[in-house]
Order: sequence, then structure tokens, then C-alpha cells
Amino acid sequence: MPVVAKVKVQLEDFDVQAESHRLTSGRRDVGALVSFTGLCRDEAGTLTALELEHYPGMAEAELSRIAGEAIERWPLTGLTVIHRYGKIPPGDNIVLVVAASSHRRAAFEAADFLMDYLKTRAPFWKKEHLVEGGTGAWVEAKAGDDKDAARWT
Amino acid sequence: MNIRYFAWVRERVGVEEETIDLPGNVKTVADLITHLKGIDDYHAAAFEEEDAIRVALDQVHVETDEEIGDAREAAFFPPMTGG
Repeated sequence: MPVVAKVKVQLEDFDVQAESHRLTSGRRDVGALVSFTGLCRDEAGTLTALELEHYPGMAEAELSRIAGEAIERWPLTGLTVIHRYGKIPPGDNIVLVVAASSHRRAAFEAADFLMDYLKTRAPFWKKEHLVEGGTGAWVEAKAGDDKDAARWT
Repeated sequence: MNIRYFAWVRERVGVEEETIDLPGNVKTVADLITHLKGIDDYHAAAFEEEDAIRVALDQVHVETDEEIGDAREAAFFPPMTGG
């Protein structure tokens, strides 16, 4: 049976435990489960929140394309990608990737690949909301992100 | 054609979305950008840093030399910062 990734773009928070359990429950062939959670990080006490704007429709489509590529490249038994949008305060979850496989290498690499590609290709943008009031700048893309993504080509 | 803008491109243009009648000489995404820049000062300002703008046609990433063909939607946005 080919693996179909679960891809969700949502306002609400996700449950890391529940999503991990979904990829292992009732199975005997999963030997490795890697999960990555990206959280909103405060920049030296200046942020009240990051506001994540997204391109509805394309965000889901692009995450699905990236997830499909991961499934082609690694022998995964399951894959879940959840990305939130809206106003997210420091400490709260932004993104979840869970990769399951028979062996650890595929799970580690697929999760790493997913995050690198997602950062440079999934249509989401972060805007800062500041403690001192009002909105700050749009977060700028880092050259290092392109370099990270290029590791997989 | 339906045109959508996101993040600071949207803020500079001043609208999220607009419908544009494409002149016959607009064949590629680069032609479309040139056309949009001519609409008013807001569009011109949005596309000032042309190298910093990414494009999608019908929700798929493309380069600016891509032919528009029968695409129904074009979107313009800055480099992505999700994750």
C-alpha cells in the first residue's frame, strides 16, 4: 500500500502525542518515529506574537507536493505535516512534521528534508507583533534556508 | 486574470486580489510584472525590488520567464518564511 501523507493547514493547535500515536497504533512494522515541532520564538522580549499569513489552497497543495516527494525518496510507513496560520504567541506551536519508518535513517532524513523544503517553498509569511505596540517587520527569509534546502538536490 | 498578493507585496499594492484584463502583448510572467508596474504608484512600489518577488501560476511556483498560457490565477509574494 503506498503511503499517503496527512497534510493540514489550520488555525487551531495540534497534539503532538496524538499525531505520533496515529502513525504507530495497531502497526508492528514501524521501528522509528521522528517528530519535529517548530514553535514561535520570542526575539529578546520584543514579540507578543507572530502572525502567519498563508496562501489558502496553495499552502496545502505545496505541502502535499513536498510530502509526496519525501514519500518517493524514503521508505516511510507514515508522514504527517501540520502547519498553523493566524496569530501565534511565543511558546506556542507553529509546525509539526512526524515521519515514521522501519528504520531511523529514513525517518530522520525525511523530517529534516520536509522542514528544509517547507521553509523555502510553502507559501507562509511571518509578521511580528511587538510588545511596544503595533506591528513590526515582516520576517525576512534567510540565505541559510536556501542553502539548507539545496543539501537535498 | 485573477491576481493575488501576499505579505508585504499585498500591503504595498493595497489590495489582496484584483482582476486584470491582459493586453495581447503579455505572454510571460515577466511581461505581466511590467504591465502591473504601470497600473499606478502602489503597484510600481510593490514591484520595485523585482528580484525579491516570487510568483505562482495556478498555485504552482514558477520562474518569471514562464508563459502565462491559460493560467487563471497569478500570485506575487516575498520569499517564504514559514516553518
